[in-house]
Amino acid sequence: MSQPSRSKLAQAILDATGQDAARCYQCGKCTAGCPMAAFMDIAPNQVLRLVQLGTDSASRRLLASAAIWNCLGCLTCARRCPKQLDLAAVMDRLRELACQSGTVPGAQRNVLAFHRAFLASVRSHGRMNELPLVRRYKLSTRDLFSDIKLAPGMFFRGKLPLRPHKIAGRAEIRRIFDACQHGASTGSVEGEAVEPRQPASSPGAGRRRQTRGGRR
Amino acid sequence: MIIGYYPGCSLSGGGIELDLSVKALVGVAGVTLREIDDWNCCGASAAHSTNHDLSVALPYRVLSLAEEQGLEQVVAPCAACFSRLKGTHLRLERSDELARKMADIVGRSYNRTVRVLSLTDFVRLLLAGGLADKLTHKLTGLKVAAYYGCLLSRLPQCTVAEDDIEDAERPTSMDAAIRATGAEPIEWNFATECCGGGLSLSKTDAVVRLSGAILADAKDAGAAAVVTGCPMCHSNLDMRQGAIHAAGLGGSPDALPILYLSELLGLAAGVPPEQLGLNRHFTDAMRLTRGAADEARSAPAAAGGGGS
Repeated sequence: MSQPSRSKLAQAILDATGQDAARCYQCGKCTAGCPMAAFMDIAPNQVLRLVQLGTDSASRRLLASAAIWNCLGCLTCARRCPKQLDLAAVMDRLRELACQSGTVPGAQRNVLAFHRAFLASVRSHGRMNELPLVRRYKLSTRDLFSDIKLAPGMFFRGKLPLRPHKIAGRAEIRRIFDACQHGASTGSVEGEAVEPRQPASSPGAGRRRQTRGGRR
Repeated sequence: MIIGYYPGCSLSGGGIELDLSVKALVGVAGVTLREIDDWNCCGASAAHSTNHDLSVALPYRVLSLAEEQGLEQVVAPCAACFSRLKGTHLRLERSDELARKMADIVGRSYNRTVRVLSLTDFVRLLLAGGLADKLTHKLTGLKVAAYYGCLLSRLPQCTVAEDDIEDAERPTSMDAAIRATGAEPIEWNFATECCGGGLSLSKTDAVVRLSGAILADAKDAGAAAVVTGCPMCHSNLDMRQGAIHAAGLGGSPDALPILYLSELLGLAAGVPPEQLGLNRHFTDAMRLTRGAADEARSAPAAAGGGGS
């Protein structure tokens, strides 16, 4: 029996997630069931194929793709995969790598901005609070007016508390965040607007790693 | 019986009806909930989408606190919180290496003893423990779509069915609970489809399309209400229902009430609808209580275009 040969990218994903892309035999079941496939520039099964190939150009395409930012993490693919691969976990890791290499496309910035606003609220309060989350998200995306009509309705239904809930162990939470940043997760773009980088004009993007974690 | 309670962040905000109705139900069932002291956010999609370690470390702290506070079972009514807590517990059970790493990052121990319950697990427990006999206000004739969504039946890194996790393609726990209220769970096609979940703010167009398809299929199948166990599903289907109809999606423009499973059970137990939070919905759910189920079923056209 020969070992399956793995690309560097596939090996890195295996190390980080336990998911071995080399096992995929391209049945396409993940794409068939994916509710967001229609919104993706690279179909889910092709994402795995590019991980298998793992060439510089395959990596660049993946890390600058819209596909990885359209994955909802609904786990339909993971549950149906005949090889029991968790593609959603692979997508998570590809998003982390895209953050680190600074290749998040401009059109996908809102997704990252939302996640960051969410985590900023958790980092400072220990909990997600909707008002600070939405305020930070709207300021960072300059998308001030969408959904604004829902706010009074939420408020009067008791769904938008004005005072944030804070936990006692906030210092502990901040320490956890810091420890996880050192684990080379979210990269140096933390807290900043992410500049889209054209894959073609970015020599060696994709595989580049930032050495320092972000700060806030 | 004392059960640990992990409300999660949504339940004091957008998902407040879930908190109210769960608390009303335990009152009826004679069960005591003990909230985990100083619990933190599970990290939700934001953590697992951008920082793997953090997505395990945040639930780890919650599980560790629960264990330290002597809670053997913890209910996480929010499907997303459940998925993160249970998924983390399962990962830790399988990997001593991960357990050591997390103990190091979080600075707490966790001996992997806490059993995390979803809303459907919890309801099953309550029904078996005597709640079924207290559902005396039967919702006979009410046709309901049991909407499981993604996270009640599909867990991260759990591609093989576990003993206590139901079939992801054909879940039945919610249908059984609906039958216990006297209502009728309908056959439909979108029971386990995704509503768009955490992309609600950042990719609203896509979410409106996915959620619209769910509403349309429920209506086609004759549902007078959709029942869910997830605050994200609820806000996408309830709060955004007006926008979905305005976009010409969601089937007929008739408003379709979206209830938490615990609200439906509370109604059948005779709990006042305001106590359950039914008056807080964006899409009128109170009409289910007026003239009971029949009115909602026979005169949906009068309700108009969604919203409040």
